[in-house]
Amino acid sequence: MRFDTVIGLEVHAELATATKIFCACTTKFGGAPNTQTCPVCLGLPGALPVLNKRAVEFCIRAGLALRCEIAKFSKMDRKNFFYPDMPKAYQISQYDLPLCRDGFLTLDCGKKIRINRIHLEEDAGKLTHSTGTERYSLVDYNRAGVPLIEIVSGPDLSTPAEAVEYLEKLQRILEYLEISDCKMAEGSLRCDANISLKPIDREELGTKTELKNLNSFKALSRALDYEIKRQSELLAAGQAVRAETRKWDEAKQQTLSIRSKEETQDYRYFPEPDLVPIELDPAYIAGIAKSLPELPDEKKQRFMADYGLPEYDADLITSAKRLAEFFEAVNAWYFNPKAASNFIMGELLRLLGEEQLKSAEIPVNPASFGDLLKLIDEGEISVSVGKQVFAQMFRTGAAPEEIIKAEGFKQISDETQLLAVINKAIKDHPQSVQDYLGGKEKAAGFLVGQIMRETKGQANPKLLKDLLHRELEKLKE
Amino acid sequence: MELCDLTIHELRGLYARKEVFPSEVLASVTRRIHKVEKDYGAYLTLDLEGAAEQAQAADARIKAGKALGVLEGIPVAIKDNLCQAGKEATCASRILQGFVPPYTATVVRKILAQGAVILGRANMDEFAMGSSTEYSAVKESKNPWDPQRTPGGSSGGSAVAVAAGEAIAALGSDTGGSIRQPAAFSGVTGLKPTYGLVSRYGLVALASSLDQIGPLTKDAEDSALLLNILSGFDPMDSTSVRVKELDYTRDLQQDLSGKKIGLPLEYFGAGIDAEVKRTVMKAVDLLKELGVEVVEISLKFTEYALPAYCIISSAEAGSNLARYDGIRFGKAAARIEDNLAAFYTRTRSEGFGPEVKRRIMLGTYVLSAGSYEAYYKKAQQVRTLIIKEFNEVFQQVDAIITPTTPTTAFKFGEKSQDPLRMYWSEVCTAPVNMAGLPAISIPCGFSCGLPVGMQIIGDHFMETVILNIAYQYQRVTDYHKARPEPVRKEGTA
Ligand SMILES: [Zn+2]
Repeated sequence: MRFDTVIGLEVHAELATATKIFCACTTKFGGAPNTQTCPVCLGLPGALPVLNKRAVEFCIRAGLALRCEIAKFSKMDRKNFFYPDMPKAYQISQYDLPLCRDGFLTLDCGKKIRINRIHLEEDAGKLTHSTGTERYSLVDYNRAGVPLIEIVSGPDLSTPAEAVEYLEKLQRILEYLEISDCKMAEGSLRCDANISLKPIDREELGTKTELKNLNSFKALSRALDYEIKRQSELLAAGQAVRAETRKWDEAKQQTLSIRSKEETQDYRYFPEPDLVPIELDPAYIAGIAKSLPELPDEKKQRFMADYGLPEYDADLITSAKRLAEFFEAVNAWYFNPKAASNFIMGELLRLLGEEQLKSAEIPVNPASFGDLLKLIDEGEISVSVGKQVFAQMFRTGAAPEEIIKAEGFKQISDETQLLAVINKAIKDHPQSVQDYLGGKEKAAGFLVGQIMRETKGQANPKLLKDLLHRELEKLKE
Repeated sequence: MELCDLTIHELRGLYARKEVFPSEVLASVTRRIHKVEKDYGAYLTLDLEGAAEQAQAADARIKAGKALGVLEGIPVAIKDNLCQAGKEATCASRILQGFVPPYTATVVRKILAQGAVILGRANMDEFAMGSSTEYSAVKESKNPWDPQRTPGGSSGGSAVAVAAGEAIAALGSDTGGSIRQPAAFSGVTGLKPTYGLVSRYGLVALASSLDQIGPLTKDAEDSALLLNILSGFDPMDSTSVRVKELDYTRDLQQDLSGKKIGLPLEYFGAGIDAEVKRTVMKAVDLLKELGVEVVEISLKFTEYALPAYCIISSAEAGSNLARYDGIRFGKAAARIEDNLAAFYTRTRSEGFGPEVKRRIMLGTYVLSAGSYEAYYKKAQQVRTLIIKEFNEVFQQVDAIITPTTPTTAFKFGEKSQDPLRMYWSEVCTAPVNMAGLPAISIPCGFSCGLPVGMQIIGDHFMETVILNIAYQYQRVTDYHKARPEPVRKEGTA
């Protein structure tokens, strides 16, 4: 029996607002437990929520970027359930009137994945359970009341790869909008997946399972792979798939049932009486639409068209908004897109990684970087010296000329000076010279290396090759 | 007449002329409290030492001729569901025992800023659910007019404190009649402002879309003075409304001629005590003499208002009270069980009284899948119709007059075993909350020695109109000045 896979994702993104969704507490990550709380986010008796306008704006930004309709009339609702991480024993969320609905996201192959809805809600606190013999749990409400958006896709994804691509694109868009940090490891981007299989010739969808604890792209992909295998084996054996919530177990590399859907509780949603409905002026929405940045896919296409970058380069450089902006700033100063791209992909990303810096924290001035590219193009220094200079620019922030001057990095293009070094190398390495003369052309490469070392990489490479070749040919005679 | 039997506006005059000082007034109130509190039980907790300090500070300000707050040196009681930093707030419930709020309700902050002297925290029905204080987990407050009878509720303690001179004025909260009904039973003036006029921040919620804080006072002028302070937009309460700042005493003196009052047939029908009807009608006749034009009107959705009110208030209450789980504050179950659900069950079973449990169950039921459409949604539709109907009526009249309560104060035990009969005490007041309208209850006579309350309902944010009518009525009557028997004896002694 052959099956179609049907996958839908529910993605939660923490919004990067300065304050929480219903109070003035900071949303900063990593504070000492329960220090970023107040009567409102602790759900103390008598405290009341006040909706953070920024959170609404961020949700609308996401909606507009994902081509959603923005509701002119919307409201917050209460989702009632008891759990110690939820101080009020209800979560303020949106039920039947989400802020955004009916949008889509386009995959690279052109397939449109529907976005059913995007709604605004509050995050819960964090529970820590004791591991020792004394049994207790601790709760930290610093995250309680941090604004979240939940983005619900249609059941339009057909493979784990599509699911990963969708999530990557979504992450990139939210990052471009500057509305979320989108870090899966820190939990600012979270993903649940619904997956079911149906026989190829059937119309109606099969029974789905909901997968949780997908803390990385790899976990998402593997959990879906596992679930496809598990469900298809069940179906092939004539057994039914149970409607249930399953958890991805990273250690065991498998999904485990945590509860059946029949046990699903009744959340008794009703309109939040402590908040007034959200009524949006079309002019306000239009203002937000106007302020949206160029989105990743558009930028990538433009980088390919305007800068002539290969798709691979364009994709990598537009993977982060600040990186793309840096690239454009460099080329605005000195235009050599491919050289800039090579340096960014090869050197800059490596150095950022080593220093654990974000693309918003590039310590290099784009104009200085442009100058560096220009010096290379003009033959002042070689590409390999350029890389050393770049590393110093990255660490010290100094201008390339200063570094070149201070380190004596200037390219040696003086023939007499070069010939002296070449002749020394020929004298010092008779065996290599013999090899070359005996027909082993590669031996010249060894000599180039020796000369480069001798000149600290400053020899003009083209001139060096020409001169070395000429000197060696002379010996043949 | 003792100082403790005076009104805010009378005391303000005495203070201004430096004839009397706050400490003297507080001493008088304290004497009264010592004399009657053991019989009436208006308070859950008293802070007379703290009050004395506040009063002395007010003395000093008056003596120094400093600018005085509107409530400078006025001893007031506050209902136990209003938070004040550092003061235990229990809502007369076991589950909140030991809960000391770290913050202060907006209204409490406002009265303190105006120099009010807070005497203590008034008894109430648990979480403001009830109409008699019989559902207080701590004690019953007695009606000073007849201690065999309840003072009404849920702001029963506040009403008793004012009626018995144990406070000059008090703050209460009103969800379906919880200020007006005890005001009527206890013979004081009780105002429920328009929904959104007074910030609810720091009021422990019963039903968020219905709750409103208001004053219980000895007359309409004091209500207006207090409303001046309580009202106003609060950025901490999203449902508070930005309205133009108004002096609510402005129109008190206005002549009533030309004012049009509606008498809704439905509020004078079956289930309303004949003597209560007659007393209110007599008051209406007096208003006619003052120049008011009276027309009969019909509010036919009234019939559905109380059931719809019960559904909506229970739904919201059930959700609002879910946070009392024993985890972060208040009283947790004695033994922490291994099972979280069992811990919740035990904490809530021990912590809540029977009426609270009843409403939580009702509220949970009406919101549950399968019942939502038939109950909660239907009730919201009824609510929309009620609002519409009131709006239409207010196209024709300036105010509506009804009895505040269907009967005078009932005896302890008379209704506490029958929830439906208890809910019926709010039949005339709950529709007003459903529509978010302002209404005031003022004493308008007696039936068998018990006070009768007249309810004057106004259009949204038209507090000035109902205060004007109440004031003019009180100008020509003495019912609001009548004092219960034991208090009178003491006063003349
Ligand atoms: Zn907070």
